[in-house]
Amino acid sequence: MTGNRRVAIVTGSSKGIGAAIAMRLASDGFAVVVNYSSSAGPANDVVAAIEAHGGAAIAIRANVSESASVSLSFDGAREAFGGIDTVVNNAGIMQLSRIADTSDELWQKTLAINLTGTFNGMREAARRLRDGGRIINFSSSVVGLYQPSYAAYAATKSAIEAMTHIVAKELGSREITVNTVAPGPVGTDLFLYEKSDEQVANIAKMSPLGRIGEPNDIASVVSFLAGPDSSWINGQVIRANGGVV
Amino acid sequence: MSNLDKKVVIVTGASKGFGAAIAKGMAREGAKVVVNYASDQERAEEVVRSIRATGGEAELIRADVSRQADVISLFAQTRDFFGSLDVLVNNAGVYRFEPFECVTEAEFHRIYETNVLGCILTMQEALKYFSATGGNIINIATVDVSAGTPSTSLYTSSKGALVAMSKVLAKELGPRGVRVNVVAPGATETEGTRATGVLSNATVEKIVAGTPLGRLGQAEDIVGAVVFLASEEARWITGQVLFSTGGAS
Repeated sequence: MTGNRRVAIVTGSSKGIGAAIAMRLASDGFAVVVNYSSSAGPANDVVAAIEAHGGAAIAIRANVSESASVSLSFDGAREAFGGIDTVVNNAGIMQLSRIADTSDELWQKTLAINLTGTFNGMREAARRLRDGGRIINFSSSVVGLYQPSYAAYAATKSAIEAMTHIVAKELGSREITVNTVAPGPVGTDLFLYEKSDEQVANIAKMSPLGRIGEPNDIASVVSFLAGPDSSWINGQVIRANGGVV
Repeated sequence: MSNLDKKVVIVTGASKGFGAAIAKGMAREGAKVVVNYASDQERAEEVVRSIRATGGEAELIRADVSRQADVISLFAQTRDFFGSLDVLVNNAGVYRFEPFECVTEAEFHRIYETNVLGCILTMQEALKYFSATGGNIINIATVDVSAGTPSTSLYTSSKGALVAMSKVLAKELGPRGVRVNVVAPGATETEGTRATGVLSNATVEKIVAGTPLGRLGQAEDIVGAVVFLASEEARWITGQVLFSTGGAS
């Protein structure tokens, strides 16, 4: 059964958008590696939910900012499912801070998880994906909106967009596509944390479609990029934000 | 997966090339498709026949999108055939590539009347027929809007206007539930591009070398992007330009 099944690794998929992606790819027929860095309980819940729907998944702990840890998680994926076809570099953090108030520690941590984490995932994918595979990175519509207090976060996401264009050119000869999804505000715990109802309502009003995003709005875009219908789309950034930018 | 089950779709300029591929591809996904054409009735009929032969639903409607009376009739006939409208694909377009000094006033009007005015007319008319819950517009542009290929000034600028308009309309029409997006194909092998000599062997070689996936595009290659944007899967995407180029820009 797993012999013909395509295999996806989704980083940071114990919660939020990542969890929705893991479940969506599983329902598309992928065997899914649910990567997490600290939330073993929620990661196992995602695996259980996938299995309850007849899908295949395992949870693997790896800190994306450590290359050895990422490499081991790819080993684990291959041992469990025989190979790797799709890597979704979703793991990321977003802690807002005006630049004057941004500590060395927050800057380094944002770079380590968002940028080094995506670099580690892409490098490992470039070395190990089967031909015809897919790399799907995550940027953000803050690249374009450029609101105050997003400098560190937006810097990492801009860099990911630049790498997407370049790595697409490096891997095209193996029919591997590299694309990026750039969501706008999505109603996850991460986004809603410490925001009042009024703040959330005001953010929803920014969007021409008049709401904030839901994790499944983003998962369906990832599903498209991981599937056969997107085979000619390569080196692109797709903003999924209800039209806000 | 039937992503467009029972959706009513108009594809303009669907007698050949991209339009024919899009019409067939959307019908495969369950859409009821209006195959619009301006002049090549025979080829348009072939597209309709081919859709029906595989169990799909399609109707043929002649209309020159640059003429308002034609456009009004196109949409009225669509409602007569299918009763509603869900998706408009503005694919009809004309081009001629020539150095900037050779551009004439007459050619400006020819290109802009179909590529820009034509889309204005069809989008305005579509708004009268979309349901109260919304609708979906997909405009076909070209990779040249970012690549700036020499000797394409009229054509590329007309598509640039379409891109800008799409971004405006995404914001203006979003509150009504209407999404507006653009698909920008790269260099593609169609009868048109072969027949007009746009794709000489030397050009093809250069294009392929600049395409990470290592080949020239085929009309079929953009169908996936159009179907995706037309479907609920893309419900959160509007005002975007989706380049479908194999990675060439």
